[in-house]
Amino acid sequence: MVSTGWSSPYRAVLASRIRAQRAYPTSFALDLASSLLVGLTELGEVWVVFANVTVLGGLDLDAVLLLFGLSNLAFSLADMVVGHVDTLPTYIRMGSLDAFYLRPLPLLAQLVTSDLTLKRLARIGVAAVALAAGLLRNDIHWGPQTLMLLGVALICGTAIFAGLFVCAASLQFFLVNGAELTSSFTYGGSYAASQPASIFPTPLKLVFGYLVPVAFTAYLPTLAILHLPGPPLLPSWAVWCTPAAVAWVWLTAMCLWRWGTRHYQGGGG
Amino acid sequence: MPEREPIIDVHDLTREFTVRRKGRGPLRTRSTVAAVERMTFSVQPGESVGYIGANGAGKSTTIKMLTGILVPTSGSVRTCGLDPVRRRRELARRIGVVFGQRSQLWWDLPLRESFSILAAIHRLDAGAAAARTAELVDELEIGPTLDTAVRQLSLGQRMRAEIAASLLHSPELLILDEPTIGLDVLSKQRLREFLRHERGSRGTTLLLTTHDMGDIQRLCDRVLVVDRGMLAYDGTLPGLGATVGARRVLVVELAEATADLTGIPGAEHLSSEGGGMRQRLAFDARTTTAAALLAAVSARADVRDLSIEEPDIEDVVSRIYQSRR
Repeated sequence: MVSTGWSSPYRAVLASRIRAQRAYPTSFALDLASSLLVGLTELGEVWVVFANVTVLGGLDLDAVLLLFGLSNLAFSLADMVVGHVDTLPTYIRMGSLDAFYLRPLPLLAQLVTSDLTLKRLARIGVAAVALAAGLLRNDIHWGPQTLMLLGVALICGTAIFAGLFVCAASLQFFLVNGAELTSSFTYGGSYAASQPASIFPTPLKLVFGYLVPVAFTAYLPTLAILHLPGPPLLPSWAVWCTPAAVAWVWLTAMCLWRWGTRHYQGGGG
Repeated sequence: MPEREPIIDVHDLTREFTVRRKGRGPLRTRSTVAAVERMTFSVQPGESVGYIGANGAGKSTTIKMLTGILVPTSGSVRTCGLDPVRRRRELARRIGVVFGQRSQLWWDLPLRESFSILAAIHRLDAGAAAARTAELVDELEIGPTLDTAVRQLSLGQRMRAEIAASLLHSPELLILDEPTIGLDVLSKQRLREFLRHERGSRGTTLLLTTHDMGDIQRLCDRVLVVDRGMLAYDGTLPGLGATVGARRVLVVELAEATADLTGIPGAEHLSSEGGGMRQRLAFDARTTTAAALLAAVSARADVRDLSIEEPDIEDVVSRIYQSRR
């Protein structure tokens, strides 16, 4: 096993994480099943809402399926790849973070590649099915622009959620038992992303549109794909600013991370 | 004058922590506590240094500053000639660190895999990594545990595995924080033998913190004693005993029950057992000799047998502490 290139240490760790999860098949199957259940429950929620109303915030059931699929796929991909960073307090307690400091690699890269939560594959599956249904049931004019919108939405959406996970992890350097608070940030953000943002009051529109810009992960792409105008604060043309939203989230994430690690080195932990 | 650049160079090193006291409103106060205070010392390549002190004396804080985990409040620290915080990654390639109570291994994987991941992390050439792993596995006798998941290893096995892991990239400096804590006598013995061998064959510099004076006696030719964040002693182990006038103890077995042997010049009667058949007398080697003491005892009682207890190093350290308070 000759390993070269900058990525080889990370590949070695990730490959070992995959082997470790395969080593306990029963436990892995149970994890997958519970993850599947969570995904199905959330999808069921959409179903319940639309059993009572036909249109919510300007979107019908088919449009909301597309919205749900986009936001959940991006979120569960991010959750699989970097979601475990919110176990940082455990790493601090167990001293694994000190071990990271003693290795010749960047800390955040080590933390992100310290695990790959494969059980999230079940939620990714649910989200993918919802997305496929949403794409098939809506009357979509397929063309290069639609494909591009879809690609940008998934890549940038995953990046936005991944950035939010890193923000949440960074805050845990300061909070002793902050997982509850920071989860409201990430999981709450994911929930907000799967709702039509037009139903939010103005302050929430601003929060989820610009401060924690989860509207860019699914709501705006859905509007653009379906050629819907959107509310004044979140017009559908804003979807083309998605890369700026990614940059904003990651800039914040890197600043918070840097601040957090400095605080840790300052002995706050 | 040292001919080479020191491998550890610490000057006026200080680390303060802010402690918040519980209370409400104006009662809530913050105070600053110095965990390490104006510490100055240096270690030459190839030395073997024991770093001892009570819990909370500042040992771990010092090690964290030497390795780039903590930023000093003031003063300077150079490890392998590098600033540990600014050049942490570069330094990590040149030092090996084991925190006895913490693991750098992957707990749910067979031990063998931890070694191959660490080899990849340190970007070791595959052939060199295999040879070095084989060498360490052989010397530390961990071959039979290679296919066992780390979480299933005994403490002694895990500690040897940790040390092998920290030496995989052949570091110049090995820092061990409580390497023998919780180990049985045999495991300690094997670990010490390995470290002596490693040092002898590769010239690896060793810095270890411990509560086990056997570690110091077997492994270290220099001792640093830290007390309340300050360096209380820097020198050899016998010198440490001499500094505080550590006393040796003469234990005599007498032919018959005898009254306590008090009043012998230069000696202090410590205890009597068996109605005075066995008595313990402490004496300072600088003011009297064992022979003179024995002669004095023999003049008063019939000595059947005797033994001499050397100063207990833990006692020596606590005497250092007392003399500073």
